Amino acid sequence: MTGYLYYPGCSLKGSGAPYEKSLLAVFSALGQELKEIPDWNCCGATAYLSVDQDMAVAMAARNLAIAEKLDGQDVVAPCSGCYLSLAKAKATLAEYPDVRARVTAALGKASLPYEGRVAVRHPLEVLLTDVGPEVLKKRVTRPLKNLRVAPYYGCAILRPYPGVPSPQAPHSLEDLCRVVGATPVDYPNKARCCGGMLTAGVQSVGLRLVEILLCEAKAADVDAVVTTCPLCQYNLEVYQERICKAKGKDVRLPILYFTQLLGMAFGLDDHALGMDQLLRVPLVAPCAGVKA
Amino acid sequence: MQVVRTVKYEEELDAGFTNQVASEPGGDAIWNCLQCGTCSAICPVSIYMDKTPRRIIGLIRGGFRDEVLGSLSIWICTSCYACTVECPQQIRITDIMYIAKRMAMKESQYQRFVVPAVEEAFVKMVRKNGRLTESRMGIKVVRKSGLRSGVAMFPIAWRLMRKHRMSLLHVERMQDPASLRAVLDALEPRHAPTAPAAAPSRAAGA
Ligand code: SF4
Ligand code: SF4
Repeated sequence: MTGYLYYPGCSLKGSGAPYEKSLLAVFSALGQELKEIPDWNCCGATAYLSVDQDMAVAMAARNLAIAEKLDGQDVVAPCSGCYLSLAKAKATLAEYPDVRARVTAALGKASLPYEGRVAVRHPLEVLLTDVGPEVLKKRVTRPLKNLRVAPYYGCAILRPYPGVPSPQAPHSLEDLCRVVGATPVDYPNKARCCGGMLTAGVQSVGLRLVEILLCEAKAADVDAVVTTCPLCQYNLEVYQERICKAKGKDVRLPILYFTQLLGMAFGLDDHALGMDQLLRVPLVAPCAGVKA
Repeated sequence: MQVVRTVKYEEELDAGFTNQVASEPGGDAIWNCLQCGTCSAICPVSIYMDKTPRRIIGLIRGGFRDEVLGSLSIWICTSCYACTVECPQQIRITDIMYIAKRMAMKESQYQRFVVPAVEEAFVKMVRKNGRLTESRMGIKVVRKSGLRSGVAMFPIAWRLMRKHRMSLLHVERMQDPASLRAVLDALEPRHAPTAPAAAPSRAAGA
Protein backbone atom coordinates (compact mmCIF):
# COMPACT_ATOMS: atom_id res chain seq x y z
CA MET A 1 0.00 0.00 0.00
CA THR A 2 2.12 2.84 -1.22
CA GLY A 3 1.38 6.33 -2.38
CA TYR A 4 -1.42 8.66 -1.46
CA LEU A 5 -4.95 9.37 -2.53
CA TYR A 6 -5.30 12.82 -3.97
CA TYR A 7 -8.30 15.04 -3.30
CA PRO A 8 -7.91 18.05 -5.65
CA GLY A 9 -11.02 20.05 -4.83
CA CYS A 10 -12.66 22.53 -7.17
CA SER A 11 -10.10 25.37 -6.95
CA LEU A 12 -7.19 23.29 -8.16
CA LYS A 13 -9.20 22.51 -11.28
CA GLY A 14 -9.75 26.23 -11.87
CA SER A 15 -7.90 29.29 -10.64
CA GLY A 16 -5.57 27.10 -8.59
CA ALA A 17 -4.28 25.26 -11.68
CA PRO A 18 -0.64 26.25 -10.99
CA TYR A 19 -0.94 24.60 -7.59
CA GLU A 20 -2.13 21.31 -9.08
CA LYS A 21 0.59 21.36 -11.74
CA SER A 22 3.40 22.09 -9.31
CA LEU A 23 2.10 19.64 -6.71
CA LEU A 24 1.94 16.77 -9.20
CA ALA A 25 5.33 17.72 -10.66
CA VAL A 26 7.02 17.79 -7.25
CA PHE A 27 5.48 14.53 -6.04
CA SER A 28 6.41 12.78 -9.24
CA ALA A 29 9.97 14.15 -9.08
CA LEU A 30 10.19 12.57 -5.64
CA GLY A 31 8.73 9.27 -6.85
CA GLN A 32 5.65 9.64 -4.67
CA GLU A 33 2.39 8.47 -6.19
CA LEU A 34 -0.71 10.65 -5.99
CA LYS A 35 -3.85 8.90 -7.18
CA GLU A 36 -6.89 11.11 -7.74
CA ILE A 37 -9.99 9.94 -5.87
CA PRO A 38 -12.43 8.75 -8.55
CA ASP A 39 -15.42 11.01 -9.09
CA TRP A 40 -14.78 13.10 -5.98
CA ASN A 41 -17.26 15.81 -5.10
CA CYS A 42 -16.92 19.34 -3.69
CA CYS A 43 -15.87 19.31 0.00
CA GLY A 44 -18.78 21.60 0.86
CA ALA A 45 -16.51 24.51 1.80
CA THR A 46 -17.76 27.05 4.29
CA ALA A 47 -20.96 27.64 2.35
CA TYR A 48 -22.59 24.28 2.92
CA LEU A 49 -21.95 24.48 6.66
CA SER A 50 -23.90 27.72 6.75
CA VAL A 51 -26.90 26.04 5.19
CA ASP A 52 -27.14 22.47 6.46
CA GLN A 53 -24.75 20.70 8.78
CA ASP A 54 -25.67 17.08 8.05
CA MET A 55 -25.33 17.68 4.33
CA ALA A 56 -22.06 19.54 4.76
CA VAL A 57 -20.61 16.63 6.71
CA ALA A 58 -22.01 14.10 4.24
CA MET A 59 -20.46 15.94 1.29
CA ALA A 60 -16.98 15.77 2.79
CA ALA A 61 -17.47 12.25 4.17
CA ARG A 62 -18.52 10.82 0.80
CA ASN A 63 -14.99 11.47 -0.46
CA LEU A 64 -13.49 9.83 2.61
CA ALA A 65 -15.80 6.81 2.21
CA ILE A 66 -14.62 6.36 -1.39
CA ALA A 67 -11.03 6.53 -0.15
CA GLU A 68 -11.79 3.84 2.42
CA LYS A 69 -13.30 1.66 -0.25
CA LEU A 70 -10.11 1.92 -2.29
CA ASP A 71 -6.99 1.02 -0.37
CA GLY A 72 -7.52 3.34 2.54
CA GLN A 73 -4.27 5.22 1.96
CA ASP A 74 -3.91 8.69 3.42
CA VAL A 75 -5.89 11.40 1.65
CA VAL A 76 -3.80 14.37 0.59
CA ALA A 77 -5.80 17.60 0.32
CA PRO A 78 -3.67 20.50 -0.99
CA CYS A 79 -6.37 23.16 -0.69
CA SER A 80 -6.34 24.27 2.95
CA GLY A 81 -10.08 24.84 2.79
CA CYS A 82 -10.72 21.30 1.56
CA TYR A 83 -8.27 19.98 4.14
CA LEU A 84 -10.30 21.67 6.86
CA SER A 85 -13.68 20.50 5.51
CA LEU A 86 -12.51 16.90 5.34
CA ALA A 87 -10.80 17.01 8.75
CA LYS A 88 -13.78 18.72 10.33
CA ALA A 89 -16.24 16.19 8.91
CA LYS A 90 -14.11 13.36 10.23
CA ALA A 91 -13.88 14.97 13.68
CA THR A 92 -17.60 15.76 13.80
CA LEU A 93 -18.51 12.18 12.88
CA ALA A 94 -16.21 10.88 15.60
CA GLU A 95 -17.48 13.26 18.26
CA TYR A 96 -21.24 13.45 17.67
CA PRO A 97 -23.00 10.06 17.49
CA ASP A 98 -26.30 11.50 16.28
CA VAL A 99 -24.69 13.25 13.31
CA ARG A 100 -22.75 10.07 12.62
CA ALA A 101 -25.91 7.96 12.67
CA ARG A 102 -27.71 10.18 10.19
CA VAL A 103 -24.76 10.68 7.85
CA THR A 104 -23.56 7.07 7.78
CA ALA A 105 -27.14 5.95 7.08
CA ALA A 106 -27.27 8.28 4.08
CA LEU A 107 -23.87 7.13 2.83
CA GLY A 108 -24.91 3.53 3.40
CA LYS A 109 -27.81 3.98 1.01
CA ALA A 110 -25.25 4.82 -1.67
CA SER A 111 -23.24 1.70 -0.72
CA LEU A 112 -20.51 3.82 0.80
CA PRO A 113 -19.93 2.53 4.32
CA TYR A 114 -17.98 5.02 6.44
CA GLU A 115 -15.77 3.97 9.33
CA GLY A 116 -13.43 6.91 9.66
CA ARG A 117 -10.29 4.92 8.83
CA VAL A 118 -8.46 7.22 6.44
CA ALA A 119 -6.18 10.03 7.55
CA VAL A 120 -6.60 13.50 6.05
CA ARG A 121 -3.30 15.30 5.44
CA HIS A 122 -1.89 18.43 3.86
CA PRO A 123 0.93 17.92 1.33
CA LEU A 124 3.22 20.37 3.16
CA GLU A 125 3.20 18.07 6.16
CA VAL A 126 3.51 14.96 3.98
CA LEU A 127 6.61 16.35 2.28
CA LEU A 128 8.27 17.39 5.52
CA THR A 129 7.34 14.30 7.53
CA ASP A 130 7.13 11.32 5.17
CA VAL A 131 9.71 12.41 2.64
CA GLY A 132 11.74 14.50 5.07
CA PRO A 133 13.97 17.57 4.80
CA GLU A 134 17.10 15.53 4.14
CA VAL A 135 15.70 13.80 1.07
CA LEU A 136 14.20 17.05 -0.18
CA LYS A 137 17.53 18.81 0.25
CA LYS A 138 19.32 16.13 -1.77
CA ARG A 139 16.95 16.71 -4.66
CA VAL A 140 17.68 20.47 -4.76
CA THR A 141 19.74 21.35 -7.83
CA ARG A 142 19.06 25.10 -8.01
CA PRO A 143 19.25 26.55 -4.50
CA LEU A 144 17.14 29.69 -4.32
CA LYS A 145 19.90 31.81 -2.84
CA ASN A 146 19.07 35.48 -2.30
CA LEU A 147 15.33 34.81 -2.42
CA ARG A 148 13.60 36.46 0.53
CA VAL A 149 10.26 34.85 1.25
CA ALA A 150 7.31 35.69 3.50
CA PRO A 151 5.87 32.40 4.76
CA TYR A 152 2.09 32.72 4.83
CA TYR A 153 -0.08 29.98 6.33
CA GLY A 154 -3.53 31.52 6.57
CA CYS A 155 -6.11 29.81 8.75
CA ALA A 156 -7.48 26.50 7.61
CA ILE A 157 -4.23 24.51 7.59
CA LEU A 158 -3.61 25.56 11.21
CA ARG A 159 -6.95 25.91 12.96
CA PRO A 160 -8.69 24.18 14.58
CA TYR A 161 -7.28 20.89 13.24
CA PRO A 162 -3.59 21.63 12.72
CA GLY A 163 -2.37 19.99 9.52
CA VAL A 164 1.11 21.22 10.33
CA PRO A 165 2.48 22.06 13.77
CA SER A 166 1.37 24.28 15.47
CA PRO A 167 -1.54 26.75 15.46
CA GLN A 168 0.26 29.41 17.50
CA ALA A 169 3.79 29.01 16.18
CA PRO A 170 3.87 27.28 12.79
CA HIS A 171 7.30 26.73 11.24
CA SER A 172 6.85 24.24 8.36
CA LEU A 173 7.07 26.85 5.60
CA GLU A 174 10.19 28.32 7.20
CA ASP A 175 11.67 24.81 7.31
CA LEU A 176 10.83 24.36 3.64
CA CYS A 177 12.39 27.72 2.73
CA ARG A 178 15.62 26.66 4.41
CA VAL A 179 15.55 23.34 2.53
CA VAL A 180 15.53 25.19 -0.79
CA GLY A 181 18.12 27.74 0.32
CA ALA A 182 15.75 30.70 0.47
CA THR A 183 15.53 33.12 3.41
CA PRO A 184 12.24 33.11 5.33
CA VAL A 185 11.59 36.51 6.88
CA ASP A 186 9.82 37.15 10.14
CA TYR A 187 6.19 37.59 9.10
CA PRO A 188 4.10 38.17 12.25
CA ASN A 189 0.74 38.00 10.45
CA LYS A 190 1.54 34.66 8.87
CA ALA A 191 -1.48 32.97 10.46
CA ARG A 192 -3.89 35.87 10.00
CA CYS A 193 -6.95 35.45 7.81
CA CYS A 194 -6.68 36.45 4.10
CA GLY A 195 -10.33 37.40 4.05
CA GLY A 196 -11.53 34.08 2.68
CA MET A 197 -14.80 34.47 0.84
CA LEU A 198 -15.26 38.02 2.17
CA THR A 199 -13.27 39.35 -0.78
CA ALA A 200 -16.33 38.32 -2.78
CA GLY A 201 -19.10 38.82 -0.22
CA VAL A 202 -18.14 42.01 1.62
CA GLN A 203 -15.37 43.33 -0.55
CA SER A 204 -14.44 46.44 1.44
CA VAL A 205 -13.61 44.29 4.45
CA GLY A 206 -12.01 41.45 2.51
CA LEU A 207 -9.68 43.73 0.58
CA ARG A 208 -8.60 45.50 3.76
CA LEU A 209 -7.39 42.15 5.17
CA VAL A 210 -5.50 41.48 1.94
CA GLU A 211 -3.97 44.95 2.05
CA ILE A 212 -2.67 44.43 5.60
CA LEU A 213 -0.94 41.19 4.62
CA LEU A 214 0.59 42.61 1.44
CA CYS A 215 1.82 45.79 3.14
CA GLU A 216 3.52 43.80 5.84
CA ALA A 217 5.24 41.58 3.29
CA LYS A 218 6.32 44.65 1.33
CA ALA A 219 7.71 46.23 4.48
CA ALA A 220 9.76 43.09 5.08
CA ASP A 221 11.25 43.61 1.62
CA VAL A 222 10.50 40.14 0.32
CA ASP A 223 10.75 38.81 -3.22
CA ALA A 224 7.65 36.67 -2.85
CA VAL A 225 4.99 35.43 -0.46
CA VAL A 226 4.63 31.68 -0.32
CA THR A 227 1.22 30.12 0.37
CA THR A 228 -0.37 26.75 1.07
CA CYS A 229 -3.90 27.43 -0.14
CA PRO A 230 -5.51 28.39 -3.46
CA LEU A 231 -7.91 30.87 -1.85
CA CYS A 232 -5.09 32.66 0.00
CA GLN A 233 -3.04 32.73 -3.19
CA TYR A 234 -5.97 34.10 -5.18
CA ASN A 235 -6.89 36.77 -2.65
CA LEU A 236 -3.32 37.96 -2.22
CA GLU A 237 -2.58 37.93 -5.95
CA VAL A 238 -5.53 39.16 -7.95
CA TYR A 239 -6.52 42.27 -5.98
CA GLN A 240 -3.06 43.87 -5.95
CA GLU A 241 -3.66 46.33 -8.77
CA ARG A 242 -6.94 47.43 -7.29
CA ILE A 243 -5.43 48.03 -3.86
CA CYS A 244 -2.55 49.96 -5.46
CA LYS A 245 -5.01 52.21 -7.21
CA ALA A 246 -7.39 52.69 -4.29
CA LYS A 247 -4.77 53.22 -1.61
CA GLY A 248 -1.98 54.78 -3.62
CA LYS A 249 0.62 52.37 -2.31
CA ASP A 250 2.63 49.74 -4.10
CA VAL A 251 1.61 46.29 -2.89
CA ARG A 252 2.65 44.36 -5.99
CA LEU A 253 4.35 41.09 -5.09
CA PRO A 254 4.63 37.60 -6.55
CA ILE A 255 2.50 35.10 -4.63
CA LEU A 256 3.79 31.54 -4.99
CA TYR A 257 2.62 28.12 -3.91
CA PHE A 258 5.08 26.28 -1.68
CA THR A 259 5.13 23.50 -4.27
CA GLN A 260 6.35 25.99 -6.89
CA LEU A 261 9.14 27.11 -4.57
CA LEU A 262 10.19 23.49 -4.12
CA GLY A 263 9.85 22.71 -7.84
CA MET A 264 11.98 25.71 -8.76
CA ALA A 265 14.72 24.49 -6.45
CA PHE A 266 14.41 21.00 -7.94
CA GLY A 267 15.19 22.59 -11.30
CA LEU A 268 11.83 21.66 -12.76
CA ASP A 269 10.55 23.42 -15.84
CA ASP A 270 8.65 26.69 -15.27
CA HIS A 271 5.79 25.53 -17.43
CA ALA A 272 5.49 22.24 -15.55
CA LEU A 273 5.19 24.27 -12.34
CA GLY A 274 2.55 26.61 -13.73
CA MET A 275 4.85 29.61 -13.18
CA ASP A 276 3.62 31.04 -16.48
CA GLN A 277 0.09 31.05 -15.10
CA LEU A 278 0.87 33.37 -12.21
CA LEU A 279 0.07 37.03 -12.64
CA ARG A 280 3.49 37.94 -11.31
CA VAL A 281 6.68 35.91 -10.95
CA PRO A 282 9.66 36.61 -8.68
CA LEU A 283 12.14 39.04 -10.19
CA VAL A 284 15.10 37.31 -8.61
CA ALA A 285 15.72 34.73 -11.28
CA PRO A 286 15.40 31.32 -9.70
CA CYS A 287 17.78 30.02 -12.33
CA ALA A 288 20.69 31.98 -10.85
CA GLY A 289 22.23 28.55 -10.68
CA VAL A 290 24.55 29.33 -7.81
CA LYS A 291 25.45 26.06 -6.18
CA ALA A 292 25.14 26.05 -2.41
CA MET B 1 -40.50 63.22 19.15
CA GLN B 2 -41.32 59.62 19.78
CA VAL B 3 -39.55 58.05 22.73
CA VAL B 4 -38.83 54.32 22.45
CA ARG B 5 -37.71 51.84 25.01
CA THR B 6 -34.26 50.53 24.02
CA VAL B 7 -33.95 47.78 26.61
CA LYS B 8 -35.95 44.58 26.35
CA TYR B 9 -38.07 43.15 29.13
CA GLU B 10 -37.19 39.63 30.11
CA GLU B 11 -40.53 38.36 28.89
CA GLU B 12 -39.66 39.54 25.40
CA LEU B 13 -36.62 37.30 25.19
CA ASP B 14 -36.58 33.79 23.81
CA ALA B 15 -35.52 31.59 26.70
CA GLY B 16 -35.32 28.51 24.50
CA PHE B 17 -32.83 30.07 22.12
CA THR B 18 -29.75 29.40 24.25
CA ASN B 19 -30.65 25.73 24.69
CA GLN B 20 -31.29 25.41 21.00
CA VAL B 21 -27.82 26.72 20.20
CA ALA B 22 -26.18 24.72 22.99
CA SER B 23 -27.74 21.49 21.73
CA GLU B 24 -26.14 21.78 18.28
CA PRO B 25 -22.71 20.25 17.66
CA GLY B 26 -20.10 22.79 18.75
CA GLY B 27 -22.53 24.84 20.83
CA ASP B 28 -22.26 22.88 24.06
CA ALA B 29 -19.67 24.96 25.93
CA ILE B 30 -21.50 28.27 25.53
CA TRP B 31 -22.55 28.35 29.19
CA ASN B 32 -18.89 28.63 30.24
CA CYS B 33 -18.31 32.03 28.63
CA LEU B 34 -16.59 34.52 30.94
CA GLN B 35 -17.26 37.49 28.65
CA CYS B 36 -13.50 38.07 28.72
CA GLY B 37 -13.45 39.49 25.18
CA THR B 38 -10.48 37.46 23.94
CA CYS B 39 -12.54 36.40 20.91
CA SER B 40 -13.35 39.98 19.96
CA ALA B 41 -9.74 41.03 20.41
CA ILE B 42 -8.28 38.32 18.18
CA CYS B 43 -11.02 38.46 15.54
CA PRO B 44 -9.62 40.08 12.38
CA VAL B 45 -13.02 41.48 11.40
CA SER B 46 -14.64 42.36 14.74
CA ILE B 47 -14.08 46.07 14.00
CA TYR B 48 -16.47 45.72 11.07
CA MET B 49 -19.15 43.80 12.95
CA ASP B 50 -22.35 45.33 14.26
CA LYS B 51 -21.94 43.07 17.30
CA THR B 52 -18.55 41.69 18.31
CA PRO B 53 -18.11 37.93 18.84
CA ARG B 54 -18.16 38.40 22.63
CA ARG B 55 -21.47 40.24 22.35
CA ILE B 56 -22.91 37.58 20.05
CA ILE B 57 -22.09 34.92 22.64
CA GLY B 58 -23.53 37.10 25.42
CA LEU B 59 -26.70 37.81 23.45
CA ILE B 60 -27.23 34.12 22.70
CA ARG B 61 -26.91 33.35 26.39
CA GLY B 62 -29.41 36.05 27.17
CA GLY B 63 -31.95 34.73 24.67
CA PHE B 64 -31.76 37.68 22.27
CA ARG B 65 -32.76 35.62 19.28
CA ASP B 66 -33.69 38.31 16.77
CA GLU B 67 -30.67 40.47 17.60
CA VAL B 68 -28.33 37.56 16.89
CA LEU B 69 -30.02 36.06 13.85
CA GLY B 70 -30.55 39.45 12.27
CA SER B 71 -26.99 40.66 12.81
CA LEU B 72 -24.47 41.25 10.08
CA SER B 73 -21.72 39.85 12.32
CA ILE B 74 -22.54 36.24 11.61
CA TRP B 75 -22.11 36.88 7.89
CA ILE B 76 -18.92 38.88 8.29
CA CYS B 77 -17.29 36.04 10.21
CA THR B 78 -14.78 34.43 7.83
CA SER B 79 -14.58 31.15 9.80
CA CYS B 80 -10.92 31.78 10.53
CA TYR B 81 -11.13 29.93 13.89
CA ALA B 82 -8.75 32.40 15.58
CA CYS B 83 -11.32 32.94 18.34
CA THR B 84 -11.94 29.22 18.78
CA VAL B 85 -8.31 28.34 19.42
CA GLU B 86 -7.76 31.30 21.76
CA CYS B 87 -10.91 31.11 23.90
CA PRO B 88 -9.84 30.30 27.48
CA GLN B 89 -13.10 28.40 28.00
CA GLN B 90 -12.83 26.20 24.89
CA ILE B 91 -15.97 27.68 23.43
CA ARG B 92 -16.18 26.94 19.72
CA ILE B 93 -17.22 30.41 18.71
CA THR B 94 -16.79 29.70 14.99
CA ASP B 95 -19.14 26.74 15.23
CA ILE B 96 -21.62 28.89 17.13
CA MET B 97 -21.45 31.46 14.32
CA TYR B 98 -22.29 28.61 11.92
CA ILE B 99 -25.21 27.52 14.10
CA ALA B 100 -26.54 31.08 14.04
CA LYS B 101 -26.05 31.25 10.27
CA ARG B 102 -28.04 28.06 9.77
CA MET B 103 -30.85 29.27 12.01
CA ALA B 104 -30.94 32.63 10.23
CA MET B 105 -31.02 30.86 6.85
CA LYS B 106 -33.83 28.63 8.00
CA GLU B 107 -35.87 31.59 9.15
CA SER B 108 -34.86 33.70 6.16
CA GLN B 109 -33.61 36.43 8.48
CA TYR B 110 -30.97 37.55 6.05
CA GLN B 111 -32.45 39.20 2.97
CA ARG B 112 -30.37 42.35 3.21
CA PHE B 113 -26.99 40.64 3.05
CA VAL B 114 -25.03 39.41 0.04
CA VAL B 115 -23.10 36.60 1.74
CA PRO B 116 -25.98 34.24 2.59
CA ALA B 117 -27.51 34.71 -0.85
CA VAL B 118 -24.18 33.75 -2.40
CA GLU B 119 -23.91 30.74 -0.10
CA GLU B 120 -27.33 29.51 -1.16
CA ALA B 121 -26.28 29.85 -4.79
CA PHE B 122 -23.10 27.89 -4.03
CA VAL B 123 -25.09 25.06 -2.46
CA LYS B 124 -27.46 24.96 -5.41
CA MET B 125 -24.63 24.71 -7.92
CA VAL B 126 -22.79 22.03 -6.00
CA ARG B 127 -25.97 20.01 -5.61
CA LYS B 128 -26.46 20.12 -9.35
CA ASN B 129 -22.93 19.49 -10.62
CA GLY B 130 -21.25 17.96 -7.60
CA ARG B 131 -18.51 20.54 -7.94
CA LEU B 132 -18.05 24.28 -8.13
CA THR B 133 -17.25 26.25 -11.27
CA GLU B 134 -15.52 29.39 -10.03
CA SER B 135 -16.35 31.54 -13.05
CA ARG B 136 -20.07 30.77 -12.80
CA MET B 137 -19.98 31.44 -9.08
CA GLY B 138 -18.21 34.73 -9.78
CA ILE B 139 -21.00 35.76 -12.12
CA LYS B 140 -23.56 34.96 -9.43
CA VAL B 141 -21.66 37.02 -6.86
CA VAL B 142 -21.54 39.96 -9.24
CA ARG B 143 -25.26 39.67 -9.93
CA LYS B 144 -26.02 39.78 -6.21
CA SER B 145 -23.66 42.62 -5.41
CA GLY B 146 -24.38 44.97 -8.25
CA LEU B 147 -23.06 46.35 -11.50
CA ARG B 148 -20.18 48.31 -9.98
CA SER B 149 -18.55 45.21 -8.57
CA GLY B 150 -18.95 43.55 -11.96
CA VAL B 151 -17.10 46.34 -13.68
CA ALA B 152 -14.35 46.15 -11.06
CA MET B 153 -14.03 42.37 -11.48
CA PHE B 154 -13.76 42.49 -15.25
CA PRO B 155 -10.00 43.18 -15.53
CA ILE B 156 -9.27 40.45 -13.00
CA ALA B 157 -11.40 37.90 -14.83
CA TRP B 158 -9.78 38.88 -18.11
CA ARG B 159 -6.27 38.39 -16.76
CA LEU B 160 -7.17 35.02 -15.25
CA MET B 161 -8.76 33.86 -18.48
CA ARG B 162 -5.63 34.75 -20.40
CA LYS B 163 -3.64 32.66 -17.93
CA HIS B 164 -6.04 29.73 -18.40
CA ARG B 165 -7.09 29.92 -14.79
CA MET B 166 -10.66 30.82 -15.57
CA SER B 167 -12.99 29.89 -18.38
CA LEU B 168 -16.53 30.92 -19.17
CA LEU B 169 -17.14 27.76 -21.16
CA HIS B 170 -15.80 25.02 -18.95
CA VAL B 171 -18.15 23.65 -16.30
CA GLU B 172 -16.48 21.63 -13.57
CA ARG B 173 -18.71 18.67 -12.79
CA MET B 174 -18.65 15.08 -11.55
CA GLN B 175 -19.08 12.26 -14.02
CA ASP B 176 -22.11 11.21 -12.04
CA PRO B 177 -23.53 14.04 -9.90
CA ALA B 178 -26.59 11.90 -9.19
CA SER B 179 -24.46 9.67 -6.98
CA LEU B 180 -23.85 12.66 -4.69
CA ARG B 181 -27.47 13.75 -4.77
CA ALA B 182 -28.48 10.25 -3.68
CA VAL B 183 -26.52 10.79 -0.46
CA LEU B 184 -27.87 14.29 0.13
CA ASP B 185 -31.46 13.28 -0.59
CA ALA B 186 -31.22 10.54 2.01
CA LEU B 187 -30.85 13.23 4.67
CA GLU B 188 -33.62 15.23 6.20
CA PRO B 189 -33.03 18.81 5.03
CA ARG B 190 -32.02 21.38 7.63
CA HIS B 191 -32.19 19.00 10.52
CA ALA B 192 -33.89 20.82 13.38
CA PRO B 193 -32.13 21.27 16.72
CA THR B 194 -33.29 18.67 19.20
CA ALA B 195 -33.50 20.77 22.36
CA PRO B 196 -36.94 21.33 23.75
CA ALA B 197 -37.59 24.96 23.04
CA ALA B 198 -38.98 26.69 26.10
CA ALA B 199 -42.37 28.21 25.54
CA PRO B 200 -41.70 31.38 23.60
CA SER B 201 -43.12 34.26 25.53
CA ARG B 202 -42.48 37.18 23.30
CA ALA B 203 -45.02 39.81 23.99
CA ALA B 204 -45.67 42.44 21.43
CA GLY B 205 -44.37 45.84 22.32
CA ALA B 206 -41.05 47.59 22.53
S1 SF4 C 1 -13.05 34.24 24.42
FE1 SF4 C 1 -14.45 32.64 25.10
S2 SF4 C 1 -14.84 33.08 27.27
FE2 SF4 C 1 -13.93 34.94 26.37
S3 SF4 C 1 -15.72 36.19 25.74
FE3 SF4 C 1 -15.10 34.98 23.96
S4 SF4 C 1 -16.39 33.14 24.09
FE4 SF4 C 1 -16.47 34.10 26.11
S1 SF4 D 1 -13.96 32.66 13.28
FE1 SF4 D 1 -15.25 34.45 12.86
S2 SF4 D 1 -15.68 35.34 14.86
FE2 SF4 D 1 -13.95 33.96 15.13
S3 SF4 D 1 -12.16 35.25 14.93
FE3 SF4 D 1 -12.57 34.40 12.90
S4 SF4 D 1 -13.87 35.90 11.86
FE4 SF4 D 1 -13.89 36.40 14.07
